Amino acid sequence: MASELEFEPPYLFPDYRATELRAPRHPLVKLPPEWFHQARGPVFGRIPVQAEDADLTRQHSGAPLGERIVITGRVTDSDGRAVRNTLVEIWQANAAGRYVDPVDDHPAPLDPNFTGAGRCLTDKEGVYRFITVKPGAYPWRNHANAWRPAHVHFSLFGPSLASRLVTQMYFTGDPLIPHDPILNSIPDERGRSLLTARFDLDTTIPEWALGYRWDIVLRGGGATPMEEG
Amino acid sequence: MTPTPSQTIGPFFGFALPFSDDAAAAPSGSPDTLRIEGQVLDGAGDPVPDALLEISENDQFARCRTDAEGAFHFIVRKPNEAFFSMTVFARGLLRHLNTRMYLPDAEDPVLSSVDPKRRHTLVAQREGGTLHFDVRLQGPDETVFFAID
Repeated sequence: MASELEFEPPYLFPDYRATELRAPRHPLVKLPPEWFHQARGPVFGRIPVQAEDADLTRQHSGAPLGERIVITGRVTDSDGRAVRNTLVEIWQANAAGRYVDPVDDHPAPLDPNFTGAGRCLTDKEGVYRFITVKPGAYPWRNHANAWRPAHVHFSLFGPSLASRLVTQMYFTGDPLIPHDPILNSIPDERGRSLLTARFDLDTTIPEWALGYRWDIVLRGGGATPMEEG
Repeated sequence: MTPTPSQTIGPFFGFALPFSDDAAAAPSGSPDTLRIEGQVLDGAGDPVPDALLEISENDQFARCRTDAEGAFHFIVRKPNEAFFSMTVFARGLLRHLNTRMYLPDAEDPVLSSVDPKRRHTLVAQREGGTLHFDVRLQGPDETVFFAID
């Protein structure tokens, strides 16, 4: 069985050029194994969350352009237990592949009815749910003719420092996936497949929005240690 | 169950993750308030203008995005413990990094377990009324980062 680490990207991955001067060269210093897992996670209650933050299609006076979608899933710990009441933050490009962020200079149109940032708390079952539009692909300057597959950025806290997660959710079947060095920095295909949402007819709302399901597992929680090897 | 893998925070989080007064875990001006300033630097010694830092200690939590000079600041209460936990996210970091920012003259078993040649990278320096703490992702004075398992 592959170790957990093969499901994580390395720090240094030269195909993703920005890692070259930013990846630490020293190995990470190991602390006693229980330390990070026992350390209480950040108290994120200062970050404001309103019920309407989970619907990215209703943050402006009109509806955004693009394919309206629901993204939902369950957040659990490594033991499969629901992670309740934890903050989920998302951000993404609009349907044309353009971020509101001033750093983005891709000459695709902004949408006055779409910001692309959302927040929610998981419920008693660990479930999160967002309504948004499907983000567009966009070019970047990593290499010649480089395009990012459509993706939504996710940030989650969970109960401990070890459970903190920032990642990206992709869409199954996106033709750009095999060409993306960021996703393909994860060595094992099973690891990469954990980042793709699947289309789900049961989540789809008739005559209104396509549904995607993506479950998230946060590190830690295990009363019993992870099996080696 | 396999934990969901990490991916970089990318360059475009600045419109989404910052929130009002995010760098201030405490009101400024009170006697037990500390101001911490620093820079995030890459392996060439250049500023990292697209990093996001989070620090926490007991009930304190703050978040700060670096500016064009890679600079950040935090306003916090003097901690009960000897250190703040710090999490570093940036474009080019496929996984985030965990470190600790110790107060000057702090001692604890974790700090003293670190290679003496690298220990100083974990300790903030007094500069007038503020504390200074740089995060060096790479290079001769690379900050000590901790594994989580």
